Amino acid sequence: MTQLALVIDLNVCVGCHACVTSCKEWNTSGSAGAMSDDRPYGADPTGTFFNRVQTFEVGSFPNTETVHFPKSCLHCEEPPCVPVCPTGASYKRKEDGIVLVDYDKCIGCKYCSWACPYGVREIDEHQKVMKKCTLCVDRIYDQSLPEAERKPACVLACPTSARLFGDVHDSESVVSVAIRESGGYALMPEWGTKPANHYLPRRKTQIRIHADELMRADNPLKKERLLPQPDKSEPSLDDVTSW
Amino acid sequence: MHPAFSVIFLTTLIGAGQGLFLALYTGQVYAFFHLLPQADGRFYAIGSLIALLLLIGGLVASFFHLGHPERAWRSAAKWRTSWLSREVIVLPAFMGVVFLFGVAHSLGWHAALVTFGTLTLDATMVLGVLGTVLCFALFICTAMIYACLKFLQEWHSPLTVVNYLLLGSASGFTLATAYSAYAAPDLVGFYGEWAMVITLLALVTRAASLVRNARLKPKSTLQTAIGVRHGQIVQKSQGFMGGSFNTREFFHGKGAGLLRSVKWVFLALVFVLPMLLLAGGLSFSYGGLLSAAVLVQYIGLLAERWFFFAQANHPQNLYYQTIS
Repeated sequence: MTQLALVIDLNVCVGCHACVTSCKEWNTSGSAGAMSDDRPYGADPTGTFFNRVQTFEVGSFPNTETVHFPKSCLHCEEPPCVPVCPTGASYKRKEDGIVLVDYDKCIGCKYCSWACPYGVREIDEHQKVMKKCTLCVDRIYDQSLPEAERKPACVLACPTSARLFGDVHDSESVVSVAIRESGGYALMPEWGTKPANHYLPRRKTQIRIHADELMRADNPLKKERLLPQPDKSEPSLDDVTSW
Repeated sequence: MHPAFSVIFLTTLIGAGQGLFLALYTGQVYAFFHLLPQADGRFYAIGSLIALLLLIGGLVASFFHLGHPERAWRSAAKWRTSWLSREVIVLPAFMGVVFLFGVAHSLGWHAALVTFGTLTLDATMVLGVLGTVLCFALFICTAMIYACLKFLQEWHSPLTVVNYLLLGSASGFTLATAYSAYAAPDLVGFYGEWAMVITLLALVTRAASLVRNARLKPKSTLQTAIGVRHGQIVQKSQGFMGGSFNTREFFHGKGAGLLRSVKWVFLALVFVLPMLLLAGGLSFSYGGLLSAAVLVQYIGLLAERWFFFAQANHPQNLYYQTIS
């Protein structure tokens, strides 16, 4: 069974919001109708978005780290939002695991948004139906697009390739390899929702240096006799190749 | 959560309607076993009409919660998985039985279906059993809509179901007391005592849920929300400067002080004052005090329901702590 998902690498996300704007651009232009935008240039703008980039600061100065955190629907394998829907408008597709809303069946009761611990469902204030990330279901299967472009808009827009897209049930897919080899994790595992989307943690490149590695050592191949230990300030073997 | 007035009126109005029906039928069952004088058909018929009007009022209020009320009929589809869908089915079914129960009493459908010695079972008794089953089912459906959401820890408890049942019944029995003061004075004592007992029981269970919720430890933290294991994480930006559905729907937008005040207000208005008014009304045989008890308790229940929603802390709020 296929389960399409995103893997988001927090190690390379720079928080540029390109995924947010490309998501809005693609999905507001789709056949499902525009996504609300009220007072975009006013004092109190509001609107519907499928994707947001948030920023967190971890630690206290000077040991702080900035984490940019893109958040969209995680397409849970056990989606708590689906069974609570009274009309069946919210559903999880069997063929690829995408959680979708049928806008023609949704009555706008907002119950599914209460049932999502991640807060990734938003009601459209004009269409009065619940909206959420579709994984760009209207472009990933579009045969008229070149194959390389059959990906969600956010994945194509990311300038640092922080967003990977693929089938997390295929062990050899790019997303499964990334989760397996780079420590991919799920959000709020305590609720048993089994999110399909995973996040890759911040990683630091470090080498471990032991104290003896800082000391100059003699040529280990020279075993004849012990030589007087030269002072650290004296030129090393490498400095005096004229020997 | 943001308390929506449509849902507050829905749950309190149908709760009172259900409670009133239970009160009427309890009276009839007592009379069936010759423990109480049998009230005339008019008493039950008009009582059922009042219960039906309350249920209709709740149903109308619920439509204001929907973005597409014209599609409401679709919500009966997923009764296998959704408590909301089950409520949508049980509520009209219960309303239908309450209507028939009232009709049966006003038309005097008292032909004995079965006779056990001096006890004769008629159509009104059978409809009453059916109505009682549906009434309890409706209480369970309504409460489970909230109690089944496991990450809303304040709601995810059997106490939620017990509270909906007892608070609805208490308001219904209080209403029955005031109603019988005008329509069947013989029954005032019976209904008044039951109203006080149920109100007291509801106080115990509601207080238990307040104590429970005060001790809750949130399972989700900022650490699990973004998956970073560090004791000190501060949000610096939620991704937008204005508001959104996420900042409006999941927070009541009031201070902690107001929340505390509402708690004490509803404890006084739902439990303490109605008990005093009921006791006063019963001992002085004064219907005005009983009517005041109904009004005070209903206003208190509006506050109680507001508090019920406002107190629930949705884990998604972890992602919306700082605008920028």
